[in-house]
Amino acid sequence: MPHRRCHQRAAYAQVWHRAVGWYWGGVDFQLTLRVDGEARSLTVDTRTTLLDTLRDRLSVTSPKKGCDHGQCGACTVLLDGRRVLSCLTLAVAHDGAEVTTAGGLASADGELHPLQRAFLDHDGFQCGYCTPGQICSAAGMLAEAAAGHPSAVTAAADDGPDSQGGPDGTVALSDDEIRERMSGNLCRCGAYVNIVAAIREVSAK
Amino acid sequence: MIPFDYAPASDPDSAVAAVTARPGAAYLGGGTNLVDHMKLGVATPDLLVDVTRLPLDRIEELPDGGLRIGATVRNSDLAAHPAVRRRHAVLSQALLAGASGQLRNSATTAGNLLQRTRCGYFQDVTTPCNKREPGTGCAAVGGWNRHHAVLGASEHCLAVHPSDMAVAMSVLDAVVTVLGEDGERRVPLGEFHRLPGDSPEQDTVLAHGELVTSVELPPLPAGARSGYLKVRDRASFAFALVSAGAVLAVEDGRVRESRIAFGGLAHKPWRATYAEEALRGAAATDEAFREAADAELRHAQPLPGNAFKIPMTRNTLAALLRELATEVRS
Amino acid sequence: MSRTDDGGSAHATQPSEPLKPLDIRSVGTSPQRLDGPGKVTGTARYAWEHPLAAPLYVHPLQAAVARGRVVVMDTGQAEALDGVLAVLTPYNAPRLADTGDAELAVLQSEEVAFRGQFIGAVVAETAEVARHAAQLVAVEYEQLPHDTELSTGRSDLYRPEVVNPTYPTDTEDGDAEAAFAAAPVTVDVTYSTPMEHNNPMEPHTCVAVWEVPEAPGSQPRLTLYDSTQGAHQVRKTLAPLFELPPESVRVVSPHVGGGFGSKGMPHAHDVLAVMAAKVSGGRPAKLALTRQQMFSLAGHRTPTVQRLRLGADSSGRLTALCHDVIEQTSRIKEFAEQTGVASRMMYAAENRSTSHRLAALDIPVPSWMRAPGEAPGMFAAEAAMDELALACGIDPVELRVRNEPGTDPESGRPWSGRHLVQCLRTGAERFGWDRRTGPGTRREGDWLIGMGVASSTYPAYAFPGSVAEIERRADGGGGPGGYAVRIGAADLGTGTWTALTQIAADALDCPLGEVHLEIGDTDLPSGTVAGGSSGINSWGSTVVAAARAFREEHGAAPAPGARTRASMPSDPALRNYAAHSFGAQFAEVRVHTGTGEVRVPRMLGVFSTGRIINPRTARSQFIGGMVMGMSMALFEESVFDHGTGHVVNHDFAQYHVPTCADVLDIDAVWLDEPDLHANPMGAKGIGEIGIVGSPAAVVNAVHNATGIRVRDLPVTPDKLLRS
Repeated sequence: MPHRRCHQRAAYAQVWHRAVGWYWGGVDFQLTLRVDGEARSLTVDTRTTLLDTLRDRLSVTSPKKGCDHGQCGACTVLLDGRRVLSCLTLAVAHDGAEVTTAGGLASADGELHPLQRAFLDHDGFQCGYCTPGQICSAAGMLAEAAAGHPSAVTAAADDGPDSQGGPDGTVALSDDEIRERMSGNLCRCGAYVNIVAAIREVSAK
Repeated sequence: MIPFDYAPASDPDSAVAAVTARPGAAYLGGGTNLVDHMKLGVATPDLLVDVTRLPLDRIEELPDGGLRIGATVRNSDLAAHPAVRRRHAVLSQALLAGASGQLRNSATTAGNLLQRTRCGYFQDVTTPCNKREPGTGCAAVGGWNRHHAVLGASEHCLAVHPSDMAVAMSVLDAVVTVLGEDGERRVPLGEFHRLPGDSPEQDTVLAHGELVTSVELPPLPAGARSGYLKVRDRASFAFALVSAGAVLAVEDGRVRESRIAFGGLAHKPWRATYAEEALRGAAATDEAFREAADAELRHAQPLPGNAFKIPMTRNTLAALLRELATEVRS
Repeated sequence: MSRTDDGGSAHATQPSEPLKPLDIRSVGTSPQRLDGPGKVTGTARYAWEHPLAAPLYVHPLQAAVARGRVVVMDTGQAEALDGVLAVLTPYNAPRLADTGDAELAVLQSEEVAFRGQFIGAVVAETAEVARHAAQLVAVEYEQLPHDTELSTGRSDLYRPEVVNPTYPTDTEDGDAEAAFAAAPVTVDVTYSTPMEHNNPMEPHTCVAVWEVPEAPGSQPRLTLYDSTQGAHQVRKTLAPLFELPPESVRVVSPHVGGGFGSKGMPHAHDVLAVMAAKVSGGRPAKLALTRQQMFSLAGHRTPTVQRLRLGADSSGRLTALCHDVIEQTSRIKEFAEQTGVASRMMYAAENRSTSHRLAALDIPVPSWMRAPGEAPGMFAAEAAMDELALACGIDPVELRVRNEPGTDPESGRPWSGRHLVQCLRTGAERFGWDRRTGPGTRREGDWLIGMGVASSTYPAYAFPGSVAEIERRADGGGGPGGYAVRIGAADLGTGTWTALTQIAADALDCPLGEVHLEIGDTDLPSGTVAGGSSGINSWGSTVVAAARAFREEHGAAPAPGARTRASMPSDPALRNYAAHSFGAQFAEVRVHTGTGEVRVPRMLGVFSTGRIINPRTARSQFIGGMVMGMSMALFEESVFDHGTGHVVNHDFAQYHVPTCADVLDIDAVWLDEPDLHANPMGAKGIGEIGIVGSPAAVVNAVHNATGIRVRDLPVTPDKLLRS
């Protein structure tokens, strides 16, 4: 840990009752995250995003920094099971959270997740930099569809929750559904055709 | 990003007290817009009061068929809610037309309403911007203003409000509940956002420290349908060039009631009252829909860089109303 | 598909023999990417991600004026911030030994040559502190008027000595002016393409470690973990700036998150990172450009204004082809894009002229972006051909067939292989080209539908300078354990890890699994830059030569430790041929009548690029190029504000590239015909050709759908709206 001139551990929920001064060196918080199944405790600057916490503090470099402003999806992780952008997520706001990266989707003995195998088989990437984000996003997206969450494609095609989807409330994923739901993950190499093929294969199983 | 303190709020009143007491304090919701702006230096809060754990995350169905939406309900959950999809399709459609799956999972109802313009100059602290830094000028005037306002702009600011959701809430006649130090007040959505005038730094009528706690939607008129259409430069994950939201009730081929709002045209979701007026009792025809659009767009003052928005809006509104009228008839 | 002789038959008369062809077994098959498991789990290490102890973080300071001079930099507040190690400025930055390359002469003077240029940097214990400190540096400038606007009317347009890399600036064959004046059918049109940015997903990153051994008089050592398309090129460029012998500099770059040309040469951030490392006491200095900074500091594609004059007889045979280009460069460093060169060899027009003129402006330094030259040049030329087809009343496929040259019009040499006609015919049949109707005649509901075609071409470059080493490895028990194959090549998504392993396996005549490829490190023998679709041609030829030399020296059963090096062989026979790749691109578009929105439901590329090493990864690369071409046609434009002097839309929310929802049915196929004149593999490189022609195919399809000819890219909805 770098040395700091001012070092503050604030007690949750009481902090605003005190006059909080100006801390040039940042304001530090202690927190614990469960990352890819492993509890990790550390002190972070309030300014540190979940992405930088993972990459620079915990050496979990699976989520990538492509834009740092929520515009590319390369930093996508599953946060308490939902896909989010770790670059716009402040670590300090997620003490105790469960974080899954593409690295954690593979099993501990190295066996790849079905999405990872499908991305390999369909060549759903080239440079690979957006890929962990694509795969986390796909995992989150499949869960959303299974839970019956609509997309713009679902919403345009029909009219409310009663008239569509499978009998169990899930949304069947056409290619158009997959494309729309994956549009938050940019791929500059242009691997989309193969990304869709990979996800289609997994979603059909 | 300047250093800031962080405090999770335990109840709405103390959150309001904490932010009100400190001029540099701000509420943290999903963070998708605020954290972005803090990195850019556009927002420089010195205290973030995290409201995401407050009990404001419920969607309640009201006895009259309306809905009360908690301020911290995530956009994706709101869009997926059965009652929203069934009764307020325009809202679900608008939410799903915005941002990406990941962003919708984080972004909150209140945060979406309060999001700030995506004007490229506003987001770049090395350029003049009256909204970011009053008195410095507007770089979009004479600069790149393809995405900027054609209605209600001022010489001080050409910015447009970026929200799709707010356009839907506008046609749903939503009412925003706001908690301040002096208690609660209710602000109709049409009065919630401001036009820029000579103080474009103020996006809304909220005072510092006021906290949005919920948004209420009255029930739709009987027989009315609602929908949203958005036009953008690419097929997904882009802000609107123009968009239109509408509620339409047609009876015997005539418009009984219409509510229309535009996105991408103004500093706020633009409720098209002239268009609504023009449609009252009119035949539900494509011609009438176009004339209604023109009744509103007649008041537009486009710039050379964004004059395309006029025909694009007219055609988009006509297409939306045709679709809703067809659905009603069928 | 069988090989046909549609133009290349003259090669039989040439005396020289090509290099001995490679016997293929693994080449031509489709193993999954060998680097794939690391990439789908995110464990493959990109430049930022190498585990290094106690790093420091660098946040650059950038000029906020487009031209002028820094007169005051108040760094006091920043330096006082806890955790700040240093604030570099023009006043205190290390001096460079060579400032000849003004792009790399970072912090060597107070002059500001473009907005966004580096004027300093903060080095700090954390990224948060570095960013905050950077905001606290107060800068005063003496601002001078700037000039950033390219236009045809400028009086200071000049003729560069050559265009990239070494093509003649202008050419004149026959009398193009006279032939154009005399032609019964003419097209005289001006196209423009905007400034564009490469925008690889991985921002340009350099982590620098400057270590000074304690022994007196010993040489400092510099290690760079760099996101680059050419590790050796980075070393060769940077070592002299810092007065280091090349062997004291190591550049490590095993995985690169895309580049598309922008990582083909070191940029200013590499220099800045090294400077930061020099003041970091041996600790690693980490610098990754932000997405916004990439719009000023990592190169861009020049905007172009291109006048095309085509003259033809009534049957569509070209008699005159004039392609005159105006484009921009930075005032501090020239980059002259070769936009018109493809028009010199593409069609059998007897009279041809091409020219390039530049405006030197107060703008960031332009550079390579995927198919520099061909991508914008063939957009204009192939859209003009579409206009000529209409003017002549001839089908656009047929027009191209009628102008097929038997030999290279520019050099007179035979083609090493030119199968453009076959690509066009094959594509037309597969795409259903016969269903195409006249402009503006096909409509489904609110959507107008159209089809377009364009030709593609790209030179089969191979660059000398690569060296490969083969070594028989020992296994754990001392017995033989496969072969190490070492070459300083790069994989930026190009499939190098896999394709080069396949070539090595065949060259060594061993199973794929016995080859242990090592690339992306200057500790390996020299590799040329991954650029100009030259990678596999250059490195593959070198690996084949090394493998052959290895077998010659060590036989079929070499002992562990047996080792051989070889350089890229020169191939005098190739000089007798014009070696290029070709292709035909087809696009179908839908244009919404009410909004002008364009959708691209189908694209097909048919390519003739010699032998395909790995069909699985090759198809991806073709399709990826086509997606970028579609993006160039419809989305991409760096909007330059000439008042402020910067790119306003400098992020992914405003600079649009396609999303998943924009890419529907896009496919690529190829003619299976090795070009054994090109190299032992018979390959010609495939990285660029997908983006060549695809923009014109889309724009031609938009015309076919709507009857609207858009001559300035990108074709955004507003340009197709009729009120």
